[in-house]
Amino acid sequence: MAYFYDLASGLKERGNTVTLFLIQNGVLPARKNPSDSTLAKLATAGVNILADHLSLQERGIEDNALVDGVASAELDVVIDQMADGVKTLWH
Amino acid sequence: MSEKKTLTFCLMDPPFENARTTTALRLIDTAVRRGHNVNIFAYEGAVGVPFSKQSAHANKVHGFEADEWNHPLPKDWVSEIMKHAEKAGSKVDWINCGLCVDERGMNEAVPGVRRGTPGDLVNWANTSDNTLIIPTK
Repeated sequence: MAYFYDLASGLKERGNTVTLFLIQNGVLPARKNPSDSTLAKLATAGVNILADHLSLQERGIEDNALVDGVASAELDVVIDQMADGVKTLWH
Repeated sequence: MSEKKTLTFCLMDPPFENARTTTALRLIDTAVRRGHNVNIFAYEGAVGVPFSKQSAHANKVHGFEADEWNHPLPKDWVSEIMKHAEKAGSKVDWINCGLCVDERGMNEAVPGVRRGTPGDLVNWANTSDNTLIIPTK
């Protein structure tokens, strides 16, 4: 996971538009956690961070429990970006 | 929806194993419902996803017969995606890697699935608007 955060951060630093879409258990780090500011730092750096609405619901994570800078989103976002030709990597 | 596009997905996970299969089918279903044409190349264990001999089982521990338990079967999800494509006016082309099928003895698949080779994936990657590989771990 840390590797992919670094990849997102590195791509952003090089001037790319980057979206990190969290899904399945990947949404768990999106919960507010005073001891881990990784996602908040990524959001501050300009990475667009989204968390799959269904994955959040399945795990009982409410929108107000998310780290600042992380937004709940539908899976359609991924398809729309793919249709727009955005390079998509699965981790 | 924006302009109709062609999206290719490569799946590698066998059914009934992990959430990646569910997510992959959710992505494919979303693309189809939005009217895009979708290619799916099933490699390795993923050739079992549309295997037509999957059957629902009972859950005797909880006292349910097979019809009561309503056990979800990925082959039915694939068939539903095919139906959604028909309604949405989009095309789904599902290729199972023939070698992977033979290794596993999984020749029977739901309608709409055909055999192919990894070369088909290369062709699709070269001609599609976008490709997403969902690898196994």
